[in-house]
Amino acid sequence: MTAQTLLRGWRGYRAVMSARLREMLQYRTAAVAGMVTQVFWGLIHLMIYQAFYRSTATPQPMSLAETVDYIWLVQALLLLMPWRTDAEIQDMIRTGNVAFELAKPADLYTLWFARILGGRAAPMLLRFPLIYGMAALFFGLRLPASPAAAGAFVLSVLAAFLLSSAITTLMTISLMWTLAGDGVARLTATFASVLSGSIIPLPLFPGNLQRVLNLLPFRGLMDVPFRLYSGNIPLSAFPRELALQLAWALTLIVLGRVLLARGMRRLVVQGG
Amino acid sequence: MPQIVVQDLCKTFRVAERDPGAWGAIKGLFHRRYRHTSALDHISFSIEPGELVGYIGPNGAGKSTTVKVLAGILVPDSGVCQVMGRTPWKQRIPHVSQIGVVFGQRTQLWWDLPVIESFELLRAIYRVPAPVYRHNVEEMVALLGLGELLDTPVRQLSLGQRMRCDLAAALLHRPALLYLDEPTIGLDAVSKLAVRQFVKRLNKERGVTVMLTTHDMDDVEALCRRILLINRGKILLDGTVADLRAQVSRLRRLVVVLREEKDWIETDEARVIGRQGPQVTLEFDPERISAPDLIHHLTSAYGVRDLYVENLPIEEIVAEVYQGAGM
Amino acid sequence: MFDGLSLYGRYVAASIRSQMQYRASFIMLTLGHLVATGTEFLALWALFERFGHIAGWTLPEVALFYGLASVSFAISEGVARGFDMFAPMVKRGDFDRILLRPRSTILQIGASEVQLMRIGRFGQGLIVLLWSASALNVTWTLARILLLLWTLCCGAALFSGLFVLQATSAFWTTESLEVWNTLTYGGVETAKFPLSLYEDWFRKFFTYIIPLAAVTYFPALAILDKTDPLGTSRLFQSAIPLGGMVFLGVALLLWQVGVRHYHSTGS
Repeated sequence: MTAQTLLRGWRGYRAVMSARLREMLQYRTAAVAGMVTQVFWGLIHLMIYQAFYRSTATPQPMSLAETVDYIWLVQALLLLMPWRTDAEIQDMIRTGNVAFELAKPADLYTLWFARILGGRAAPMLLRFPLIYGMAALFFGLRLPASPAAAGAFVLSVLAAFLLSSAITTLMTISLMWTLAGDGVARLTATFASVLSGSIIPLPLFPGNLQRVLNLLPFRGLMDVPFRLYSGNIPLSAFPRELALQLAWALTLIVLGRVLLARGMRRLVVQGG
Repeated sequence: MPQIVVQDLCKTFRVAERDPGAWGAIKGLFHRRYRHTSALDHISFSIEPGELVGYIGPNGAGKSTTVKVLAGILVPDSGVCQVMGRTPWKQRIPHVSQIGVVFGQRTQLWWDLPVIESFELLRAIYRVPAPVYRHNVEEMVALLGLGELLDTPVRQLSLGQRMRCDLAAALLHRPALLYLDEPTIGLDAVSKLAVRQFVKRLNKERGVTVMLTTHDMDDVEALCRRILLINRGKILLDGTVADLRAQVSRLRRLVVVLREEKDWIETDEARVIGRQGPQVTLEFDPERISAPDLIHHLTSAYGVRDLYVENLPIEEIVAEVYQGAGM
Repeated sequence: MFDGLSLYGRYVAASIRSQMQYRASFIMLTLGHLVATGTEFLALWALFERFGHIAGWTLPEVALFYGLASVSFAISEGVARGFDMFAPMVKRGDFDRILLRPRSTILQIGASEVQLMRIGRFGQGLIVLLWSASALNVTWTLARILLLLWTLCCGAALFSGLFVLQATSAFWTTESLEVWNTLTYGGVETAKFPLSLYEDWFRKFFTYIIPLAAVTYFPALAILDKTDPLGTSRLFQSAIPLGGMVFLGVALLLWQVGVRHYHSTGS
């Protein structure tokens, strides 16, 4: 049902998304500055991991080369993380203008989802090639393990993108219940950044912790696509991993819809 | 001796120009072209202590540039500027401790704090001695009716309430000179009146020199004995409100709202220049017929529900002076 | 001087009272901050769990670097955060208001944005520092404690200097913010590990251009009583933190240049 709505609404919402995309494209300078920052962070991590791997002879669940790929992909796709709620929607909720959203002849969840999707697609498209290119040319990022791995990586990133937008939309909707929205968003972002592997690659965590991590949706944001890229997750596991990512995205979308409907009903009952 | 002396003040701004499109943005990173605009073009005037001067002109005329120079925020390219014997930008700290500035669109109070706490902070910033401060707060509370506002956080105040508090805040250190930038912008009629009355009293009773920039011609007519009209960085007129009107045109406007929608109003002394339903706008020459006579004539001949004399909007006056200056 | 400090205190008090107006949000943010910095150290622990040591440095040793960097950065965030938020302030035209008040711009801006939630980072850094102090095989003589405190002060000065430089650049362009974040936030990240781990060019950058090594790496060696693989003397290691203070001094001079530029352009 939800997926159907998404497909059906695509044409209408494409306009919203592309408008937002063009808007974001204006921040070119910010994109270049962002690239410098991200390459810098990647370099710090790179040197630290090199030092760590030099310090041990024991084989690790991930080779240094795989870890290096992982670090750079984290930097290049950092915007996959559900960092912050949509500022404009947040503002609408705070001022109560959100009630007017009901007057729009469109499905509200899909509208917001499209907005959030579009808002993060542009900066990602701008930054990814820059950072990827720099890292691949100068800082040890390898090409995908195989053409098939490349394909799996791309599909898995797209799934991660849906998942991340679903989480962001959920975070945004949660603002309808709490005024401490910034705090909620920050906490979620913090947990997500550790649990997705963006701080340290998940395979390097102690074994028993990994069992917990595997039960959570967050590894679908980064860990899964990045390990598919380097071949650390074999291609045979790809269908299962992708299905898991999509299942999580779908679950969170459904949850978001339910919550939004409730929030709106509350708003209408209270009279805005 | 004048309190403010401005002589041949000039200021030119450089504005970076950018070609449109993505390529322009990239080019702009490496090579920038600049356009020079003259914000102040040999401005001269002087203001005596205790004057109340309206500084008017359209947006971008150079009003705020002048105020910024006088406040010590901006350094001019050339020219002399002395305020109370000091060059503002050379002695910023002693200078600003003797002036007060109020921006209509921006508050200088702490947004989330009760008003009285902002006052306390300003007391510490301006190093106002405790007894002087207490006396000033009491006086301001009485004059501006701030009593119940003092314990309210600023963000909860209405625009009019906030303006009253901002006025008080700008005067806690007893400045001899007050710059008001659009003090009535966005205010309701009652608040506008309160602000005007307060400024008038302040000027009269305390002898505070006031320089007022505004778009609101009613502010100017209610308050200012003298106006300075500026456009494109030049002073076009320095005189009274009557001087300004005289220079533009003798003609006045009268708006009449008729009881019934008659087809036309026929008078020899006034010309109909606009009509909207029962509302008719007339233009007349006060030398040929005085306003009371015209009104008498109209009320006796037609069923009049309402009428008022209309001022030319300031933009129109300025536009006419501007054309008159032959530029 | 005393007058300035008391005004600074008033600003801080006002800022805290303002934040207390949004108590729920404040508590969540502080919590979020504490958790964020806490999990970061947890991740570090996980790496040592797996690798044992990093180029011969143990977890308590690295924790000393980590604690020094976090605490001095947290202090600088407390006293100079207003400079971090300066670019939007200039954009809004609010710097004019600062210039209209008869006090130093540095005092007014430094005090304008004291964020209480940053206490999260401070607390976490302090805990790591204390844990490291007890886990290390080091006797805490008075001289050593003084050196630690001296290092923290100088480190805070260095990071404050970076914030001031960042703010100064906003007089010319307000779009450079993220590059500066590389030096401030990236600097703390770098300083959390011994500088000898990094590549030569990188180490030189953070020694000679931005004297980060002066306020973390060198004094930490003296505290740990380790010989420097780069071959510096104890005296040098104890005195060099002064570099952080000098850096702040230079930054404040440049700030004055920036203010003068603002005076002549008004934007």
